[in-house]
Amino acid sequence: MKFEPARNLHYVAQKRRVREDLRFVTGGAKFVQDIALPGTQHAAVLPSPYPRARILSIDAAAAEALDGVQLVLTGAQLATDCNPIRLGLKLPEIRWYPLAVDMTRYVGEWVAIVVADDAYIAEDALDLIEVDYEPLEAVVDPEEAFAETERFVHPDHGSNVLYHGNFLWGPVEDDFAAADGSLGLRTRWGRSATVPIETFGVLASWNRGTEILDVWASIQMPNFVELLAATLGYPLNSIRLHQDVDVGGSYGVKRGIKQSVLAGYLSRRLGNPVRLIEDRLWNMAGGDAHGPDRIFDTEVAFNNDGVIRSIKIRALDDAGAYPGRAPFQLAKPISALVGPYRINSVKYEAISVCTNKTGQVPVRGFGQAPTNYMIEMAVDAVARHLGLDRLEVRRRNLIQSHEFPYQIPPGSEYDSGDYQTVLQKGLDLAGYDQLLARRDKARAAGRLAGIGIATNLEPGGGNNIFEYLMDPGAEITTFMEGCEVRVDPQGNITGIMGTTTSGQGHETMFATILGEELGVDPDDIRIVHGDSLSALPTRSPIASRMAIMLGSAAAGAAGKIKDRALAIAAHNLDREVEDLEYSSGTISDRNDPSRKMTWEEICFIAYRAYHKLPDGMEPGFQAQFIYQVPGGGKLPDDDGRVGIYPCFSFQAHIPYVEIDPGTGRVSVLDYAIAHDCGTVINPDIVRGMVIGGLAHGIGAALYEKFCYDDEGQFLSATFADYLMPSVHEIPDVRDVEHCTPSPLTSHGQKGSGEGGYLGAPAAIASAVNDALAPLGVTIHELPMRMHDLEALINEANSK
Amino acid sequence: MNNFDIRATINDVPHRASVEPRLSLLDFLRDDIGLGGTHMGCEHGVCGACSVLLDGVPIRACLMLAVQADGCRITTVEGLCNDDGTPGLLQDAFIEAHGMQCGYCTPGMLISAQALLAENDEPTLAEIKDAIGGNLCRCTGYVQIIESIQLAARRLREAAR
Repeated sequence: MKFEPARNLHYVAQKRRVREDLRFVTGGAKFVQDIALPGTQHAAVLPSPYPRARILSIDAAAAEALDGVQLVLTGAQLATDCNPIRLGLKLPEIRWYPLAVDMTRYVGEWVAIVVADDAYIAEDALDLIEVDYEPLEAVVDPEEAFAETERFVHPDHGSNVLYHGNFLWGPVEDDFAAADGSLGLRTRWGRSATVPIETFGVLASWNRGTEILDVWASIQMPNFVELLAATLGYPLNSIRLHQDVDVGGSYGVKRGIKQSVLAGYLSRRLGNPVRLIEDRLWNMAGGDAHGPDRIFDTEVAFNNDGVIRSIKIRALDDAGAYPGRAPFQLAKPISALVGPYRINSVKYEAISVCTNKTGQVPVRGFGQAPTNYMIEMAVDAVARHLGLDRLEVRRRNLIQSHEFPYQIPPGSEYDSGDYQTVLQKGLDLAGYDQLLARRDKARAAGRLAGIGIATNLEPGGGNNIFEYLMDPGAEITTFMEGCEVRVDPQGNITGIMGTTTSGQGHETMFATILGEELGVDPDDIRIVHGDSLSALPTRSPIASRMAIMLGSAAAGAAGKIKDRALAIAAHNLDREVEDLEYSSGTISDRNDPSRKMTWEEICFIAYRAYHKLPDGMEPGFQAQFIYQVPGGGKLPDDDGRVGIYPCFSFQAHIPYVEIDPGTGRVSVLDYAIAHDCGTVINPDIVRGMVIGGLAHGIGAALYEKFCYDDEGQFLSATFADYLMPSVHEIPDVRDVEHCTPSPLTSHGQKGSGEGGYLGAPAAIASAVNDALAPLGVTIHELPMRMHDLEALINEANSK
Repeated sequence: MNNFDIRATINDVPHRASVEPRLSLLDFLRDDIGLGGTHMGCEHGVCGACSVLLDGVPIRACLMLAVQADGCRITTVEGLCNDDGTPGLLQDAFIEAHGMQCGYCTPGMLISAQALLAENDEPTLAEIKDAIGGNLCRCTGYVQIIESIQLAARRLREAAR
């Protein structure tokens, strides 16, 4: 569908309150823990203490004998009653069950589950379960896992390799040969994740009378119900996922499939609602919520003026024990594999391996943050190698504003952008010249001070075709989003969306666009979340897609509502639709404004006066709209090129850091960010996500890591060990917006939920390396923790 | 296990209850009293999502037992509302400045901010950071939370004039 460019905006892009906030500040939100059903029983899980061990026996007799315990379930029992959880790639010999069967594959893997009358009793019972393990040597290092020929995480699979693919787009070898020089760089992205403050929780209730499994879950996942049904062996329409549950943060990780299979299975078996709320330890070790853990080997070919010609990338990713959709996190970054730069050709080798660690799930950006970190480190390395200014090298390589739409070698077409202007806005906001002076003054005083420069793209609204790039059997060419708009007999408007929301303000966004299109105050529009049996298709709020997809669907549905109102009015006013004008619900003759119909009259006719409806029009007043991803619907061409994402937001990050030379502690003292996501629907929401993502990126850059020792023991199960930034670690961020509208969406909007996180790690790493420059050392591994930097500084000083 | 009888005034309402000695104050407030605004985040006292005021002082409800609150005055996020249930001054400032996203840490943030503003209606940035330094938020990066507290402080001062 074609949209008119946004104009004369009344509600879009205006400072307006976020409607979701009222329930959050008053304690009136409904998170999964707040949903109470009579007779609910409570589950607790027993984690494996070993990274790799044979389960010789499980004795649950004492636990089952405890007063109040209903059932103890082990993996061996469960596996006879359910299917393995479907993986993203077809790996039939890797069987993933919600509980370990015969063998444990990581520390924290759930070995048994107890259901009891209350959560305290369930946890008491865990202590009474006796498991006899035979510990085995674990597969821990991803390079070793790749090379391993005998010790396999999944012995039946016969290898630790989940995926190994080679892609070539453009004349890479010719470009390398023609370039003035090249360099190689190894970068490493540490294992971290999004770690929402709410753990995953689920309440499932099987109803014998309706034969429906009702599920309330803190979920954010496109194929959740399909996976749940397939694993339990139920028809899809026997599961009703309630989408009106508030989700306490997700940013990608709230997948919860094994948890929900367990709760659903146990509810049906016991005939009672069953609730499983992860505690923090279960969540960190066994909740399957870790993110990418990636080693990049990159070669860049460049000219002496800093112009980059070509790039070769090898990415080795440690997916942990059960892959889920993890390998695809190597494929999504293909959508922006050359970043915002004019790079003529690219070679990409992607390898996903399994190890005896917690499984990897999608994390904010779906693999784009590590990739962007690698690209930006490579650009900095080119500048360093040539003795050129980092800023100047970027300016020489950034795509120019007149070149859009711009197709990159792998096939994605960047829709719009003005990268140079946004970068300049960031520099102006940072006060770049003063910042340089501040840095140099600090250095003169003997301190380690550095400025970071990083840019990044944020692909938004993907069409899922990256799956096909890894698995040509997966001919999935849409990633639609639907909505319904209903006008009731009183004329009130209700929008129905089909997904949960986890902090992104979708209700506000949806209402704002409906209000804008229909000329109605958004505060007068009700927004509800349909359940999975009643709502239109949704693909959930992943991939920075909701403003693009739900926003455009909302505009489409509003257009249908207006069309219907116009048709009713034309019929009753004896005019052609073309003669009429819609304005805030009232329809009037352009040439004779006194000839008009009110909204109330139109609604009355729609619901009550069938004799006044145009011939053939159904009674009632509603519209459905399912929006297809712009540019989607295609398979790759013969050269393997395909557009994966339609919209590309852009950011420029300029932080300033100082490093304590004695301890290696990094202080982020200033941070300027310039941001362009096209038209902003709600400024407070977008600003919050940009800054929040950036803070998350500071965590990934400096603090956060799920650590394992050499034997595979897990070391980061608490918030005392896995360090998330508090307010003290986050600087007083200054931000500025720029607007380059997307030509593809209803109001020119693009995505904004991921960008801060995609750029900040690179920016902080750039700043730290700038601070270390006087010592002649660099660091290319995240997180850059105090003791790593202290050791690096000491080593440099001792030379 | 023998239950203990306790009395506590929760959001200005007196309550009597018979509780297991091992029941956490968090579970007591949520499950026994029905105040769901106080949230479980980590259950080891780091994240602050379960913060409530105990005799005016912010504490972690996950680290305290219900029996320890016997005889105490407790304020949860629900208690920050006006008597008619509309958002109180601090809560309204959080809405106005959008000091949240998913809303899960928000009650704890509000409790910490309430404790600060009760003592100091002109806090410096450093004082605000100290007040919420024990509350983790994953969504916001804290900037809009700080702005919300600053707005609330300004409105408090204006109201006091």
